[in-house]
Amino acid sequence: MTVLFGQLFTGISIGAVLLLIALGLALTFGQMNVINMAHGEFIMAGAYTTYVLQQSITGAGLSLLVALPVAFVVAGTMGVLLEILLIRRLYARPLDTLLVTWGVSLMLQQLARDVFGSPNVQTRAPDLLTGNVALPGGLTVANNRLFILALALAAVAALTLALRFTPLGRRIRAVVQNRDLAAVSGIPTARVDRTTFFLGSGLAGLAGVALTLLGPIGPTMGTNLIIDAFLVVVVGGIGQLKGSVIVAFALGVLQATGEYLTTLSVAKVIVFVAIVAFLQWRPQGLFTLRTRSLA
Amino acid sequence: MTAVTPAPPSTAGAPAPADVAPGSRPGGRSRLRPAAGFAFGAALLFAVAPLALSDFRLALLAKYLCVAMVAVGIGIAWGRGGMLTLGQGVFFGLGGYAMAMHLKLADAGPGGMPDFMQLYGQLDELPVWWRPFASPWFALPATVLLPMAVAFGLGSLVFRRRVRGAYFAILSQALAAAMVILLIGQQGTTGGTNGLTDIQGFFGYDLDDPVNQRMVYFIIAGVLLALLALARQIVHSRYGELLVAVRDSEERVRFLGYDPASVKLVAYVVAAGMAGLAGALFVPAVGIISPALIGIVPSIEFVIGVAVGGRATLLGPVLGAVAVAWARTALSERFPGTWTYLQGLLFVVVVAFLPGGLASLWALARRRAERAEVHQ
Repeated sequence: MTVLFGQLFTGISIGAVLLLIALGLALTFGQMNVINMAHGEFIMAGAYTTYVLQQSITGAGLSLLVALPVAFVVAGTMGVLLEILLIRRLYARPLDTLLVTWGVSLMLQQLARDVFGSPNVQTRAPDLLTGNVALPGGLTVANNRLFILALALAAVAALTLALRFTPLGRRIRAVVQNRDLAAVSGIPTARVDRTTFFLGSGLAGLAGVALTLLGPIGPTMGTNLIIDAFLVVVVGGIGQLKGSVIVAFALGVLQATGEYLTTLSVAKVIVFVAIVAFLQWRPQGLFTLRTRSLA
Repeated sequence: MTAVTPAPPSTAGAPAPADVAPGSRPGGRSRLRPAAGFAFGAALLFAVAPLALSDFRLALLAKYLCVAMVAVGIGIAWGRGGMLTLGQGVFFGLGGYAMAMHLKLADAGPGGMPDFMQLYGQLDELPVWWRPFASPWFALPATVLLPMAVAFGLGSLVFRRRVRGAYFAILSQALAAAMVILLIGQQGTTGGTNGLTDIQGFFGYDLDDPVNQRMVYFIIAGVLLALLALARQIVHSRYGELLVAVRDSEERVRFLGYDPASVKLVAYVVAAGMAGLAGALFVPAVGIISPALIGIVPSIEFVIGVAVGGRATLLGPVLGAVAVAWARTALSERFPGTWTYLQGLLFVVVVAFLPGGLASLWALARRRAERAEVHQ
């Protein structure tokens, strides 16, 4: 029972990290059909922001709190710059966007290496987040994992509310559902795209802050995560968030269970096979927007 | 797909018309020119390069030519078929590992085991799935057929369900990630991160001997030329036209009564076979195959050479792949950091602003010249 719960919680916390990363991707991929390979480097930017802030703000807890909004803005700004300079010109060629943003991610990684050095750096976690919470029945869960779970859920909640109730959210949904109709209804689609990119990239920054609690910060930290996160979006279905939420946790639990029963490497293969099998059943992902396009 | 703007189904970027309709050149010249070009290429590879280059540089060229073989396949699958495969490293690796396993077993002698197995795995006997590779009659066909089988399995599942575009690209990339993790995880039987190293002999020939290295180079050059001829046949066949049609408008091809899934599957499987062959020849040329050579990053680097050269042309991918690989060696020796920036910049500039690759510059110049002639 304890083991089962432990594995379940490990799975959920893997899922929470995946979710934080995939949320931003779901936004940008869903709205603009653009694959942003540099998303992983925005995560890295968020993580390094935390590291830099900790150099000047000594209290680990305070610096983490400050890092959350700052990383959001830093990564978001980078995203907007990328959108304005490159991605905007490539909306008709989504596959090419993938390659172009890969090029950008290479440059950003090298930039990080030149600025911060190739070796990984470490941040200090606040005392509050280093311990464990003991639950009845002899179960323990790590505080930092709980914090990340809470952060992921808060991000989902905030995003859902924003999409549903704010004027901006209404515009975003309109553009996702039918870009042309939104445009003729007077919605400035280009500006909406830019805002979405800011939000999506900003969420990557948040994910970066969260990741500093789990491990070291390095120039290539984003690359390892980005593919799993893309798989979450592909399997969840684009154009909405609930699919990504469900799939992130499902993949996390599957990964953790597979890892427990076999080994890490076999678990990765199991996850991949499961995804291909799933796409046989639902090639457009778990949830899709109903459209009349041929697919 | 969401209800965004109905973007053109082709995501491969529209190549210049001159590249798309290769069969439509005026009569007499079109037969002769490819043959002349082929002879020129053969002379360059078989006579000029071995004479002009030192043994060291020739060995490097052999390595680049292996990358070029992968590029020929990507040119067909991506340039002609519109399938951006970011996982060609998997097929390259399957071919490479099949060959390396055979050579390791041959090095160890009959009944012997590869050195690393006792080291990491503490194995007493050869794992079952290694055994067939002791026979060259199994191992050599496997270098090509194994990748083709994997591509067939994945492709028939994925294309049949109309998973395409970015979805397909992500899946193919995930395949590369999974393969690398699997190889590293099973260190006892695959050599882990180190891969299969220190390969001494190649069917009885000592690979340390420069003469034999030259022989390997000649084999590689010959195979590359053969693959180019094959690619030319494919591209100029009716099937080749159908493949381009699927790239440009899959739905229309379906409505005409063809099955786009099968059309794409053939191109994907052919590309996988070429990558497998390349991997198999890479092993005797370089003497190692390891996860670092086949993972996500090398897989996407295969693609950049194709993009630089011109994805929808026949020779573009080959020249682009060799040029990028050469530039990487030349620059990263002297300024390692700068090369990464340059490589990133290459991706950005070529793909964003010159989607037809360098080949389109040439076509552009030719069209300019023709227009100038007309005006005179």
